[in-house]
Amino acid sequence: MSRQMGDSHRRFLQTMMANGIIDEQGAKALYQHCCEVHSTQCAADRLDDFIEVINSKLQPMFMQIRKGMSEVTGYQHYALVNMAETDITRMSSDYADNELELFRKTMDLIVGSENGTASSTDILNSTDSMTTKKLKKSETEHLLSRFVQDNWLSEKRGEYTLSTRCIIEMEQYIRKMYPDQVKVCYICHNVAFQCQICEKPTCGIKIHNPCVARYFKGRPDPHCPACEEFWPHEIPEIRRPRSQSRR
Amino acid sequence: MTQRNRLSHTQSASQSRRQPSTSAAQEEDDDTIFTQPSSTQVQKGLEKLTAAEVERKVAEVVQYFLVKDQKKVPVRRAELVKNVVKEYRNVYPEIIKRTARTLDQVFGLKLVEIDSKNHMYILVNNLEPADGASPINSPTSPKMGLLFVILSVVFMKGGVVRENLIWNTLKKLRVDPGEKHEEFGDVKRLVTDEFVRQRYLEYARIPHTEPIEHEFRWGQRADAEVSKAKILEFLGQLFEQEPQSWSQQYKEAHSSQASSSSQR
Ligand SMILES: [Zn+2]
Ligand SMILES: [Zn+2]
Repeated sequence: MSRQMGDSHRRFLQTMMANGIIDEQGAKALYQHCCEVHSTQCAADRLDDFIEVINSKLQPMFMQIRKGMSEVTGYQHYALVNMAETDITRMSSDYADNELELFRKTMDLIVGSENGTASSTDILNSTDSMTTKKLKKSETEHLLSRFVQDNWLSEKRGEYTLSTRCIIEMEQYIRKMYPDQVKVCYICHNVAFQCQICEKPTCGIKIHNPCVARYFKGRPDPHCPACEEFWPHEIPEIRRPRSQSRR
Repeated sequence: MTQRNRLSHTQSASQSRRQPSTSAAQEEDDDTIFTQPSSTQVQKGLEKLTAAEVERKVAEVVQYFLVKDQKKVPVRRAELVKNVVKEYRNVYPEIIKRTARTLDQVFGLKLVEIDSKNHMYILVNNLEPADGASPINSPTSPKMGLLFVILSVVFMKGGVVRENLIWNTLKKLRVDPGEKHEEFGDVKRLVTDEFVRQRYLEYARIPHTEPIEHEFRWGQRADAEVSKAKILEFLGQLFEQEPQSWSQQYKEAHSSQASSSSQR
């Protein structure tokens, strides 16, 4: 296997840069497409090796293509993330100081919440305690829609969650900034926001909704994998991959 | 960690970045103040730096170009030196050389100076558009489709066209510059402002016209990035005609292609 970067790798990387995040199915199709365009070998199970070659060249630039799961669908995604400690990373070049402060406040609310969401009302109220230039209501609403459009937040019926891309990129930061509040999934060991929690107070483990679906599949009498207590929550269905979902 | 800096230290970081009022005059000044160091100065400067320090600065410059390229905004040398290169300005030629190499080898992008008087750079894609459709639709593709139509019209009409011709062509494609388009938003703004700032198009007032009229030409980015032969191929398929039948344009496409591909 060649470890050298070729045009097929470059084409893959360019598409990652334009999109920020691609689901696994899309990444596989893109990998095949890039190999076909540049007439290079393509083995269906070699996507991660292919990405590893790109990552070895991205490392000096403090960038990386990282894999992570959507908390909603359970599908694997690939996101291009930035690990540089410079002030020219993507987010700080796109947003002003007070806009970043609002993002941080939204993140506080989401991390501190039971179910990994923050309502637009709570976010609007949080602007009262801003230390930088205060945002008006209309500015906050506009900014929130920009965060969604730029794929940092997701929104459903006025409830905001961290997007899959945001969780993949910010995982380290979240673990560092919220060591006492952050939840970790008992099954996959990644940070968890939208999850189910064991009701036994001395246990209280967390499991991502899609991880719950997979773990309890075909078990009619679900029990907590840690303490054996009855698992009282509704067990979600495993989602079937649709064609071409990008978030 | 990045995000720590990004979120909690942003205040100081972005203040220092935004603070200077970047009036045009100010930037002119910076540009005249910055003179390219000589090769012996660069050599001396490099001796004082570790390989890791140089590599780190190159990484920053690469990131800066990539961020600007997301919005297709050209980068001025003066602004690059002031915001990113900073205390490494004495080794600027080495930094820019390595930046160009990384952009080429890792990202498949070519660093091109489009304006040697004002020292402006853009990134041009080294990779030809693929013949088969990509399974992933990049968010910018519909806009690029619209741009391609405009560039085609300008090219076929000899390199310069009055704006009315463009607006009428777009109306035939159900893109009305007077109305808000669901994909493109304000079409007139996209064409006369965004594409112009990105250097895909030039939009200039025609002198002595009443009422005021403008005309379009290809911008420097289009010259560097868009293949005229591809445009003829596309039109040939559209009108079921051999590209050679537009003899004038065919000649131009293939002479300019030769010169641009030799640059690559
Ligand atoms: Zn999990
Ligand atoms: Zn338990």
